[in-house]
Formats: sequence, C-alpha cells, structure tokens
Amino acid sequence: MQQVLEILAQQGPVDPSEIATRLDRPVDEVEALIRQAQEEGILLGYRALINWEKADGEKIYAFISVEATPEHNRGFDKIADYVSHFDEVHSVYLMSGISDLTVVVEGSDFREIARFVAEKLAPIPGVRSTATSFVLKTYKMEGEIVAEEAGNHRLAVSP
Amino acid sequence: MQPRPFVSRTADSIPPSGIREFFDLVATQDDVISLGVGEPDFPTPWKICDAVVDALRRGVTSYTSNYGLLELREAIAEDIYKRYGVEYDPGREILITAGVSEGMDVGMRAILDPGDEVIVAEPCYVSYKPCVVFAGGVPVVVATSADNDFRLQAAQIQEALTPQTKALLIGYPNNPTGAVMSRPELAQLAEIAEQHDLLVISDEIYGHLTYEGQHTCFSSLPDMKPRTLLLNGFSKAYAMTGWRIGYACGPAPIIEAMMHIHSYTALCSSVLAQVGAIEALRNCEAEMTEMIAQYDHRRRLFVNGLNEIGLPCFEPRGAFYTFPSIQGTGLSSGKFSQALLLEEKVATVPGDAFGECGEGYIRCTYASSIDQLKEALSRMAQFLDKLDSGKLPVSYA
Repeated sequence: MQQVLEILAQQGPVDPSEIATRLDRPVDEVEALIRQAQEEGILLGYRALINWEKADGEKIYAFISVEATPEHNRGFDKIADYVSHFDEVHSVYLMSGISDLTVVVEGSDFREIARFVAEKLAPIPGVRSTATSFVLKTYKMEGEIVAEEAGNHRLAVSP
Repeated sequence: MQPRPFVSRTADSIPPSGIREFFDLVATQDDVISLGVGEPDFPTPWKICDAVVDALRRGVTSYTSNYGLLELREAIAEDIYKRYGVEYDPGREILITAGVSEGMDVGMRAILDPGDEVIVAEPCYVSYKPCVVFAGGVPVVVATSADNDFRLQAAQIQEALTPQTKALLIGYPNNPTGAVMSRPELAQLAEIAEQHDLLVISDEIYGHLTYEGQHTCFSSLPDMKPRTLLLNGFSKAYAMTGWRIGYACGPAPIIEAMMHIHSYTALCSSVLAQVGAIEALRNCEAEMTEMIAQYDHRRRLFVNGLNEIGLPCFEPRGAFYTFPSIQGTGLSSGKFSQALLLEEKVATVPGDAFGECGEGYIRCTYASSIDQLKEALSRMAQFLDKLDSGKLPVSYA
C-alpha cells in the first residue's frame, strides 16, 4: 500500500493500470488497495497544488496561533472541530509548544482575514488569545519548492 | 605555402561518433522530446552542491595528490568493500579520474603496446574502440545479439582470441542496450580470462542501476581482482554527469602506470568534484535509492509501452536505456531515428552509433519524466501508424 500511496501523493490521481505497470503488480490488487485506502480514510482526496501568488485571483493565507481553554475530558477537540467548520479556515492543527492550535486561514485580502479573526474566531467561547501571522511569500509548499525552476540544461542527444 | 595536413593519421582514422552527427540534426528542431540523452534528468542532490559551495567558500581550490584526495579514495574503498566485499588499498590501488571516460583512456594507454588486441563487446559506449586505437591497440569486435538479450557469450570470446589478445573490455549494465550479466555468466568470462591470461576492463558506471537481482562487480569473482581494471564514477548513480568525476581500481602496478600518465596529462581531477564525490558517498545513499526507484517505475512503464505500440523490446534490467527493435518497419536505424525526429519530434539514437550490430535498433533513454515518456510513446505510436499506412514521404525509405 505504501508504494501506491507514495505515487498518488506525488502525482495525484494516476490510472491504476499505470501504477500496476510501474510497480509490477496486478491491476486488481492496485485497485483494491486504492479502494481500501479510501474506505479507511487514509486516502482523503486529490487537490491541485497552486501557487496563488502567481495566479490572477488574489488569495492570501495567515497562520493564527490560538490559545484556548481545554474542556474536561475532551481537551481541545470540541473547539478545534468548531473552528474547522468555517469556510475561511484552510486547516487546523493541535500544537505542542506555546499556543494550543494553529489555524490556517484563507482570504482574498488582509482585511478579510483580520475581520474573520476579530469577528468570528476570537469571540468563540474558550478562545483566550489569537496571534495572526500573514504569509508574505511562499518558498515551499507540500514538499514542492516554489522558486523558479533551474531549467533543463541537458543536451538533446548525448552518449 | 599551403600548410600540409597536420592531423595525425590515427586521429583522422576515427570517425566522429554517430551521436554527434545526430545531435546536430536534433539541434535544428524545436519542441523535441528527447529520449536521446545519456544522463539522468535529476539534478545533483542538493547536499552535494551545498558541500561543494561550502568548500569553495573555505578556499578548497588547490591541486590534490595525482591519485586524488585520500579521503575520497578511502570512501571509495569502503563503498566497494561494503557492496561487493572486494578490498582495494586506497593508497595504491585507486585513481580518481575525470569520469570513466578518462579512466578508459588512461587505462588503455597504461596497458597497451602497439598491436595488442582488446576484445570489445558491441553494442557498447561510443568511446571504447577509439580509446583502444588512440593507445595504439587493435579493437577486436564481438557482436552481442538480441537472441541472448545482448549478453556476451563465452564462446564468442574464444573465437576472437589470438596470441595478441591482451584484454577484454566489457560494460554491464550496458549502454545502449540495458543488458546485465549474471554472476554465473560473468564467471564464464572470468574462466577464459584466467585460461588465456587476459586483463578484464570492466566499466561498471551503471552498476548501481540494476533493477532485478544484484550487480556483480567483476573483481569480486574468485581470482579476478588481480586481472580486473574496474572503472566507475558518480555520473549516473548520483546524477553528477557534468562534474566529470570517476575512479579506476586495479592492481597497484596498473594504477601506478595510469597515475603517471594522468599526472602528466590531467595532473589531478577537479578538487571540487572530488569534494562532491565524498559527500555523495558519505551522505547520499537515500537520494540515490530514490532516483533508482523512479527509474525503475519509468522502465516498466516505457518497456511495456514500446511493446504495446509494436516496437519489440527485450526487458532491460540495468542502466536507463531501452533498445527496441525497429526491424519490422523496414527502415534502417538511421532513417528511422531521422524520420521519427522530423515527423514527430522525438529524438532517439540510431543503434548503429554503438556498433554495427546495433543496426535494426534504436536507443531510447527513460531518464525523463513520466509525462514526457507517455507523450513520446503516443508520438511514436502515431509515427508507426503513418508508416503502416504509407503516409510518410518516400525520402525516408
């Protein structure tokens, strides 16, 4: 399963027959593994990796460190789940270290994100403090280096 | 006064590599997918570049020992011992060269006297025969064939032997065919080397790129270390082609003779490339393993694809080349490659660039991204369709 997942993680959706050829396994087996990964909640879906800084549609991100009050028996699960349901929220992580949650928020400009924090996130009961850091420039995302490609310097034909 | 022709007869007798010729033609075309490249498509691992940049800043810019940095020779000795169990003395049995190419040249010059014969198994890398000739030797070609998956047969060597035979030159995994030879098959060659007192020059630059089974280092065969000149380098496994860094391992007298020639012609290999090679051996096993895994995926995909579109291809188990037969098309290798390039913008190398027995085949490199390989296969399929339906200009026939 690991090898199949690595191919999907690197390339997104790949035809099972291609994976089967690459790994020298029967197609049925690969299809079954993909199904199993989906059923077990391991394979969650496929998304395109987009460098929004280059695209026309303006999109910015902020990392918000949230200090929250844990609840008896449930810790931070309830508040994290609540925060996760806002459309503006891109991802939510429970963190070790100084803050409790890191919430990644997506918006079309600084003001929109600031308003979300002030009007929606900060007032949630249990949220004690927020510290917002805006992303200014992306260098690497999801394992991909965003900087300009070095280009292909290979000769077209060589021995 | 008109100057007389100053170029030597020897230099003049060697035709330019068929690859060179084809390169010039490819250069005239745009939007080409190239399967004609003999090098990895990965950049050199970042750690290696970083180590070298750091060395530059520290002022590591001097000559090294003619043999090369001792630290690198020690790392090479350790690596060979770890992989193949052969012990080389870093002090006397290893020479750092500018890639296998220089090792081959200096090696031939170190062992050959005028008229000495070297048996060369073709198809093979383009420099083998010229290096023998430049050193005053005589190459004796033995043609391997698809019937034996391009593996050299012991009986063929027997037939090529003469009292002048001094050495046998092999390169497995093979460029251009991707053929590998198993340990028992190599042992048969070793037996002949022993019987007829031959030196075996073994170019193992693609040794790490062996996809099924284990690579056999020729000097790891019983009694073969004193009869083997092992040539290897960092170009393919560590994606360091442009660095020009390799090594030769062999009996101390041969390595010393090679070092003498190397000291007068190259002095030493680039110190920076040597620093990069140390970093490769010490810290880049994981990067190398990952690249090899990627080549393996592409290999299966591409070989499968070639067979599907109707270019029969035996399964290459090493290097990053496929060597499909184009005999069914009725075209020569040269015409096929030329027509495929001009019609569909896919560059391959005609098989006869690697020896006469490569006629009827083309070399396709699968060291390209999966998307490029798929696109190349679809263009090749289209080309074959055009051929079948007689839609190609007659000038290709």
